[in-house]
Amino acid sequence: MNSTVILGIFEEGLIYAIMSLGVYITYKILDFPDLSVDGTYPLGMAAAAALIVLGVNPILVLPVTFLVGALAGCVTGLIHVRLKVRDLLSGIIVSIALYSINLRIAGTSNLPIFSKETIFQNGLLSSLLPEAVKPFGTVLILAVITLLCKLLLDAYLKTRSGFLLRAAGSNDTLVTSLAKDKGTVKILGLALANGFAALAGGIMCQKQGFFEVTSGTGMMVIGLANVIIGTQLFRRLSFVKATTAVIFGSILYRACVAIAINMGMVPGDLKLITAALFLLILVFSNLQKGKVKKHA
Amino acid sequence: MLKLENICKYYNPGTINEMCLFENYNLKVEQGEFVSIVGSNGSGKTSMLNIICGSIPVDSGKIYIDQQEVTRMPEFRRAQVIGRVYQNPALGTCPDMTILENMSLADTKGKSFNLRRGTDKDRIDYYRELLAGLGLGLENKLSVRVGALSGGQRQAMALLMSTMTPIDFLILDEHTAALDPKTADTIMELTDRIVREKQLTTLMVTHNLRYAVEYGNRLIMMHQGENVMDLGAEEKQNLKVEDILQKFNEISIECGN
Repeated sequence: MNSTVILGIFEEGLIYAIMSLGVYITYKILDFPDLSVDGTYPLGMAAAAALIVLGVNPILVLPVTFLVGALAGCVTGLIHVRLKVRDLLSGIIVSIALYSINLRIAGTSNLPIFSKETIFQNGLLSSLLPEAVKPFGTVLILAVITLLCKLLLDAYLKTRSGFLLRAAGSNDTLVTSLAKDKGTVKILGLALANGFAALAGGIMCQKQGFFEVTSGTGMMVIGLANVIIGTQLFRRLSFVKATTAVIFGSILYRACVAIAINMGMVPGDLKLITAALFLLILVFSNLQKGKVKKHA
Repeated sequence: MLKLENICKYYNPGTINEMCLFENYNLKVEQGEFVSIVGSNGSGKTSMLNIICGSIPVDSGKIYIDQQEVTRMPEFRRAQVIGRVYQNPALGTCPDMTILENMSLADTKGKSFNLRRGTDKDRIDYYRELLAGLGLGLENKLSVRVGALSGGQRQAMALLMSTMTPIDFLILDEHTAALDPKTADTIMELTDRIVREKQLTTLMVTHNLRYAVEYGNRLIMMHQGENVMDLGAEEKQNLKVEDILQKFNEISIECGN
């Protein structure tokens, strides 16, 4: 493996980590299997591509993609909570609908933004960064953004609202006892989660330089794999926060994929690798659980 | 004051399994009453609590809390003035959060769950004091996950949490049923102390006839959706467990149990 591949692992790992923070909210905190991520990730891409083509400042694009994703998350939540559709189905409905919406936003199934200024490629950056650091510019920017997302999420989970979100996933009867509508709390959680997913999509679009309508397929599986790898790996180290574990899990997962491709698989096999790795992780974490039980 | 007026409730309406639980059921609970409710399984005790709290809808009739009609008010809004402790100790606390976080959650009830710090550091000493009052040593375990506590400890916390902020009614749904006899006694004494201290209007469903007789100032026995016995404070004073046990046997024989 050469240095480009290793840099790529970190770059993509950090971007997927942002999405995985969202999946962590739904899967681990809310206990809600949210499939809308498959639609909100490319939604972020589409929004970012369209906005950058329009000439919007690439940094300003980031919060906008988060908000757009949060809005889609709200829709999933409303379908589940108000229309009483099952959690999995609500997510599937939204992700299918978003496929068309993403095409509308981007106007085409593949929208390149190679020549435009992005957060990774702009005049200010090339004048600021010394020549030796340039190859690491992208990974440095991503590290800052991902860390910022993690710290913000950590801080949020310590607020009153964050406490209520955690309570909703752990015991929603208590939320009702606290005179709060548990449905609203779920919608809020889904909004946050899909905001992160869309933000990740928007950043990926800026990094790779184009929007691709099918790039959302399997995102939820990847996010879930990252969350499970991270939390399983660090579960004995209680001083490592779950959000930190998710970021490491995400980078590690990218490394596994890179190794698989290096071993002679072609990019077309990527989804197969994703599925196989995910299955492996699930089986492995089940085995681990069994072990714990036997010891107890 | 709490009032149920002509409550009708059917289960499985329109099917061959249709079952009428309440037909024109009436109940009035005055400010400051501590009502013990006993009755066989299926007599409607828990359903009545669920109707008061809004966990299940009624088919007809009206529910009043302090003169205000709340029949169509959603459960979580009614919870503003109601504290409830369930039979299952897991329902009253959050297992994945620490004791301190649980106390903070309960303390925030009635306030806005906004972006302020979840735990108010200035309140920690107050939480310690409250927990110390339980006599279970929980005040020294503030950072322990509640899921790691025993059923009795969790139920004690649930009781504390549900009565921490000002409420008008305390609803106890067989809250000692899942505990061992010793722990059940402890929780029951604690309940009595809190009810007295805060002068809470209380409804307690229990299968323990001794508790029903010893605690509270009113006793109701329910059977097939009706109050077959309703004793006020004076009548209850000289009541013995044998008296209600006898009545209990009578209605059970009617049912063929």
